Amino acid sequence: MKALFSRKTALAAAFFVLSVLVLAAGASWFAPYSPEETFFDGLTLEGAPLPPSAKYWFGTDLLGRDLFSRVIWGAQTSLVIGVVANGVALLIGTLVGVTAGYVRGFAGNALMRFTDLMMCFPALLLAIVLAAVFTPSLWIVALVIAMVNWVQIARVIYTQTVSLTEREFIEATRSLGASRVRILFRHVVPHLVPTIVVWGTLGIATTVLLEATLSYLGIGVQPPTPSWGNIIFENQSYFTTAPWLVFIPGATIVAMAVAFNLLGDALREALDPTLRARQA
Amino acid sequence: MARYLAGRVGQALLLLLGVSLITFVLLYVMPADPARQIAGRSATAETVQVIREQLGLDQPLHVQYGRYLSGLAQLDLGRSYAQKTEVSEIVAARLPASLLLMMAAIACELLMGVAIGVVAAVKRGSRLDNASMVASFVGVSTPQFVAAMLLLYVFAVRLDWFPVGGYGEARHLVLPALTLGLLGAGWYARMVRSCLIDVFTQDYIRTARAKGAPEWRVLLVHALRNALLPIVAMIGIDVGLFMSGAVVVESVFGWPGIGQLAWQAIQQVDIPIIMGVTLVAAVAIILGNLLADVVAPFVDPRIKLRTAP
Repeated sequence: MKALFSRKTALAAAFFVLSVLVLAAGASWFAPYSPEETFFDGLTLEGAPLPPSAKYWFGTDLLGRDLFSRVIWGAQTSLVIGVVANGVALLIGTLVGVTAGYVRGFAGNALMRFTDLMMCFPALLLAIVLAAVFTPSLWIVALVIAMVNWVQIARVIYTQTVSLTEREFIEATRSLGASRVRILFRHVVPHLVPTIVVWGTLGIATTVLLEATLSYLGIGVQPPTPSWGNIIFENQSYFTTAPWLVFIPGATIVAMAVAFNLLGDALREALDPTLRARQA
Repeated sequence: MARYLAGRVGQALLLLLGVSLITFVLLYVMPADPARQIAGRSATAETVQVIREQLGLDQPLHVQYGRYLSGLAQLDLGRSYAQKTEVSEIVAARLPASLLLMMAAIACELLMGVAIGVVAAVKRGSRLDNASMVASFVGVSTPQFVAAMLLLYVFAVRLDWFPVGGYGEARHLVLPALTLGLLGAGWYARMVRSCLIDVFTQDYIRTARAKGAPEWRVLLVHALRNALLPIVAMIGIDVGLFMSGAVVVESVFGWPGIGQLAWQAIQQVDIPIIMGVTLVAAVAIILGNLLADVVAPFVDPRIKLRTAP
């Protein structure tokens, strides 16, 4: 019963992620209007944004632009950053973790001490500092997030690599005369794949949240490029009179993060052999 | 015991040194030239050069780092570009508000998180368990600014129960603390639940039940004690996190703490303040972890044995 429940929610999450992916990829077909077009009838006579209606499904924003179109285009931005930032973070984290865990010695130690050091900085503040160093653009934001998020992945991969290299089958392969490089790529790295997949999925949730927060603070993706965070940033002054401008993109951010978290959890349950053994 | 503590303190000191090195490097790669910032826009090249020499910016890097470090040792974090006063004074003035918010938020997290976690573990598999786990999932997936604005909209704008923002009275504290607490409680609830479920299968719980201890005593005295250590560790992390990570919540509610200071500094590109806040935050995180490590052996006597060299 419990397994079925979790499988159903995981399926729902996967379906949600997939449909957002499709919407984002085909934003130019699915969005009814251009995200940057300001409409004459997009504001009231007093100049206030319009609530959701048949013409503007999510209402209009403070400049009279169609919020639905902006949210769809924003999904593209958020997902591009999610995938790029997370991919880079995963790459750095895995490289550092595997190197430190497999090579050990002075170099490995130095890498891990550096990782520990980076953990002392709160992710959000570090991202803020980095965003202040570089002028923010889409790719810089992705890079900043990657530079903050690799740390945890490196820790996890390091622990995994260390425990793997102490297992008997590695010992056995070594005694059969396999080279260090062969052991690394044929035996250690394949065993890390489940962890990488799980953290890659969970990491997208973290990335989407961090991007939204940076953009909300005005140091993430810069307007007019819409992202879910900067839609809220732009419209927050209208938020008491036009709450949909904040809560619709807000809800999409939450839904996205929940979906990726659920997916990551389901993958962990499916891929982590120790967890399965414990439940049996 | 003394050895354990000495080791932890030594580690923390080394980390602090590393943190200072990283903030120094970050300051150095900042595109903004501090001498020009201080001199102002209309200053001549000579004035800028004089200020640069005054600040020691013409010295070699290792000398500059040495000066930076000795400055830090005397709590000198440099001067703000915008406010023309010492960063350490500005930060110190913001500390009480941040500390207050931190304590209220952690209290909030603990109360809600532990209660939800215990109920979910006891009623494992029930609707209540499922509902609370879904809620905690949503909690950890919600960005702070969305939660903050939702609470603001419902309780301040619509219902008018609490003020929209401000500082000074207890009613100002409720919404910011609740925002941080609600989201953080998700982590505590999940952790307490899984800890308790693990413990319930252990022999000493059966022993406690067998000798006739009432169920609430088994739960609160015997089982929950096992969840205490991770809770202490999480509080340690939160101490560090809320000293800095409250940037969003403090700026939404106009709470005059360190987070709001950081946000204002971002707007004005006041780099000394941003760096000062980052440094304070890193120190807070190291101290928070150190605190958790120091408290740990009292909470769980097994630690003393485990870390004995």
